[in-house]
Amino acid sequence: MMDKTLPQFGPRESMEYDAVIVGGGPAGLSAAIRLKQRAASEGTEVSVCVLEKGSEIGAHILSGAVMDPIAMTELFPDWKSRGAPLDVEVTEDRFLFLTEKKAYKAPNRLLPECFQNHGNYVVSLGNVVRWLGAQAEELGVEIFAGFAAAEVLYNDDGSVKGVATGNMGINKLGEASANFQPGMELHAKYTLFAEGARGHLGKQVIQRFDLLKDRDAPTYAIGIKELWEIDPKMHQPGLVIHTAGWPLDSDTYGGSFLYHLDNNQVAVGYVVGLAYQNPYLSPFEEFQRYKTHPEIRKFFEGGRRLSYGARAIAAGGLQSLPKLVFPGGALIGCDAGFLNASRIKGSHAAIKSGMLAADATFDALRAARQSDELAAYPAAFKESWLHEELYRARNFKPWMAKGLGIGTLMVGIDQLVLRGKAPWTLRHRHADHECLKPAKESTPIVYPKPDGKLTFDRLSSVFISNTNHEEDQPAHLTLKSRTVPVDINLEKYAGPEQRYCPAGVYEFVRAENGRDLLQINAQNCLHCKTCDIKDPTQNIVWVTPEGSGGPCYPGM
Amino acid sequence: MKVLVSVKRVVDHNVTVRVKADGSGVETANVKMSINPFDEIAVEAAVRLKEAGIATEVIAVSCGSSQSQETLRTALAIGADRGILVECEGELQPLAVAKLLKAIVEKEQPQLIIAGKQAIDDDCSQTGQMLAALCDLPQATFASKIEYQNNLLTVTREVDGGSETLELVPPAIVTTDLRLNEPRYVTLPSIVKAKKKPIDVIPANSLDVDIATNLEVLKVSEPPARKPGVKVGDVNALIQKLKSEVNVI
Amino acid sequence: MVALVIAEHNDSALRPTMLNVIAAAAACSGEVHVLVAGEGCAAAAQDAATVEGVSKVLLAEGAQFAGGLAENIAAQVLAISGEYSHILAPATPFGKNILPRVAAKLDVSQVSEITRVVSADTFERPIYAGSAIATVRSKDAIKVITVRTTSFAAQGKSAAAAPIEASAPISVSTRARLVSKESLATDRPDLTAAKIVVAGGRGLASRENFEQQLAPLATKLHAAVGASRAAVDAGYAANDCQVGQTGKVVAPQLYIAVGISGAIQHLAGMKDSKVIVAINKDPDAPIFSIADYGLVGDLNEVLPQFTAGL
Repeated sequence: MMDKTLPQFGPRESMEYDAVIVGGGPAGLSAAIRLKQRAASEGTEVSVCVLEKGSEIGAHILSGAVMDPIAMTELFPDWKSRGAPLDVEVTEDRFLFLTEKKAYKAPNRLLPECFQNHGNYVVSLGNVVRWLGAQAEELGVEIFAGFAAAEVLYNDDGSVKGVATGNMGINKLGEASANFQPGMELHAKYTLFAEGARGHLGKQVIQRFDLLKDRDAPTYAIGIKELWEIDPKMHQPGLVIHTAGWPLDSDTYGGSFLYHLDNNQVAVGYVVGLAYQNPYLSPFEEFQRYKTHPEIRKFFEGGRRLSYGARAIAAGGLQSLPKLVFPGGALIGCDAGFLNASRIKGSHAAIKSGMLAADATFDALRAARQSDELAAYPAAFKESWLHEELYRARNFKPWMAKGLGIGTLMVGIDQLVLRGKAPWTLRHRHADHECLKPAKESTPIVYPKPDGKLTFDRLSSVFISNTNHEEDQPAHLTLKSRTVPVDINLEKYAGPEQRYCPAGVYEFVRAENGRDLLQINAQNCLHCKTCDIKDPTQNIVWVTPEGSGGPCYPGM
Repeated sequence: MKVLVSVKRVVDHNVTVRVKADGSGVETANVKMSINPFDEIAVEAAVRLKEAGIATEVIAVSCGSSQSQETLRTALAIGADRGILVECEGELQPLAVAKLLKAIVEKEQPQLIIAGKQAIDDDCSQTGQMLAALCDLPQATFASKIEYQNNLLTVTREVDGGSETLELVPPAIVTTDLRLNEPRYVTLPSIVKAKKKPIDVIPANSLDVDIATNLEVLKVSEPPARKPGVKVGDVNALIQKLKSEVNVI
Repeated sequence: MVALVIAEHNDSALRPTMLNVIAAAAACSGEVHVLVAGEGCAAAAQDAATVEGVSKVLLAEGAQFAGGLAENIAAQVLAISGEYSHILAPATPFGKNILPRVAAKLDVSQVSEITRVVSADTFERPIYAGSAIATVRSKDAIKVITVRTTSFAAQGKSAAAAPIEASAPISVSTRARLVSKESLATDRPDLTAAKIVVAGGRGLASRENFEQQLAPLATKLHAAVGASRAAVDAGYAANDCQVGQTGKVVAPQLYIAVGISGAIQHLAGMKDSKVIVAINKDPDAPIFSIADYGLVGDLNEVLPQFTAGL
């Protein structure tokens, strides 16, 4: 991509920082804040910049979310008086097992600790992150929203030198348009990657430095979420409901969340493990169908849907956590995969990992080091409550991958009886993209048509995610081979990308000559990264589009 | 020549606005806000005049809450030299903005004022013309081309079915249409530079301007949904209906 | 209470949409006067005098009005504004150019682009490009209003002509001068200004088909050609004819959607059209849920018949 345009425009300009942070989410912003806090308390200066591909901080943030305030309290002991938007404390926890018509409530005393949310807060992570962004700017962090880090830069010795932002103003044909602006190099003593699950650059760094050596394959889930405004009579601020079971079959890992915020708002979402086998499965339609369950639909009747979005979730846990550091930088937050799948919570882990990496970075800078390995970060992680928490949760996802029945039983034993201290550690043996069965060995699933009130189609959903991409640019969903989509994906797997993509990006259409074609509607992309993860031959590669592109979530 | 550009902070054009359940307005909490696209074109036009050696200084002015400073920073990143925020809380009607801008115009004495043709939130399309009237200045609205030569502004403006060209003796006011230019991508260094450019904050109530309005918004509602019509059997029936029922062909 | 309407005209007749503005004025007030300002525009005044509900036409003639400069026409309006409760003009480049100057000089707020007169002081107007409707009340002594003409039915013609009265032309010194007018000389009108739009979707199946099937119909109807994003993405149509959320927003008198399924992103760009026709082979296509007239059929058969039948 660079070679075509660069010769015309000469070398890119560069800027120098002590630390460059890729991604303005909870991990990246916490790291930036921590660096500035340390510098302030020790009376030194540290230059920090944060690159965010969304058009503003928070634009691409999507999460449940129930937040454990433990890490926030470490970052800002006075977060309450600073006005952090953690306003709705969890008041009631319900865990339901759903069948098609009925719901069975798990008695709370039998609920493993991971499903107990006393002391936690129902939040919009997007709003929390917007608040973190304001705190960071106040501390002097330079935040550049609307700029995508598109390329990792390396020093001659192989260490990471920084990143380059993407070129702006490249047209569909890959040529520079009248408004062309070349990307910019950002050089840093240390570069922290905080792009979230399946980060585009994080993936490259993991490969280059072989950071997954001796680790399990990372495994992911897709989370799809809607924000609703419901009938005030049905609203109970702080009510937290999780479900397992219907509409998924018992062999597929997944479940729902339904969180009551304030202002009659409810966040509802569905999580499906991407190790699912049936190529006919559609996480989007499972979610729509789930909302029609009598125990669930009662909340939404007479309400209106406000927003929609989706994001892949790193669910591998401790076994799949890559080596966190490499010469010149580190992976933090979900770019590494710190989410605790058993609690379906990652924001506290993201904040904590950002802080730990920042501490290591700051100590290294103070010792006049640069571009080396921040070994203190993984060491501190090992000693932290976060490691303890993830260790306890390590068997949750692998057990659940064995099916809902045995999974629930064994998670119960693991968590209730042994409190996570079981003498076994289960492995993730397969990467998610290896799990699909051929279509001919699978049962097609017929999903009901959307009614436009409670259930919706993809495009009207994408509409309220405020997703947009500059039209005249090359598609950012790239294909290694042009023939694989039809010859393999469609032929063998019945085109699973039409179903797992929650935004209708992928469509198989029949051309006039009767041949099938894969149509990529890149403008709809929610940046969830599911295609990059689940595509059976890993033929689809997600790269960053022009900065500012993607959703613009209002408080998701 | 000194150029003054007015800019407004509005809900970003990519955001699907949502009417509040109580009908008091549209939801703006946690919604992305941006510079009004027509104002961005205005800033770009002013900066191009500066780059062409015509403008000597480009001043961006915004009337609104302290958050409008972000909007001014965008203008500064495009290339405006300094910003002025006329700060006040609450919504301002175009007439009030025009009055506040008049006070700034009197102070700064620009030769050219460029404004967006309308803001994409209230869609009023009034401020530039009102300011022109209050300052007794000539105006060229909906401009698709601005040229300056021999102390004369030549402006092509978009009108129904074509365009017309006006000559204005400065000081004058121009409002921008979409086709005037395509604003540049701001660069990281220009954003860094913009942070160091000065923004004067002037409290609106220090300007001795009456900004009260007699216009009251009673309610804001969703537009009525279109109802499905009828299916017709064939082309002739369709043509018949278009001719006789609705008279559109 | 008398309403004054500022006429947009071509010297010999009113612009047809003035009938809609006069209708809006009549809804505001029992009596309507029309100001026709121009040079050699007596015929336009006579045209105005025959519109139903118009009780007087004021004719201001002078070279200063020839170019339709906002400064001069606004000055004329201001000179006679005292006796009026409402001053209205069409929400066109002509009216939008003049009326805010009048409002500012009168120190009143302008109510822009009204779509409904609720009462003499209360109006509906779209905001956020039609995503919401605001109901506003003006307590100003003179209500200054621009009118979205497509929202009002055209006023009829009256058998008896209203009197035409000369209005002493006001001369102001202005530092603006009209140099030239250029009319757009294309066979097809501009997409956003066209009265009729014929738009194609992926149902057209190829670039050749898009051109061959849509062009004859568009030419016959003197319509602009639009396209859905799917058609643009598939390469059937150029980027600048895209209608929708990320393309152009249009509101013609007639919108003919051919082979367009009707994704909400497309509807966002054309739902304010006065009459919508949908032609699609899929009877379940969402476009039918908003179309006034739907025709289920193969567009390769329907379109030639349509063109031939006109």
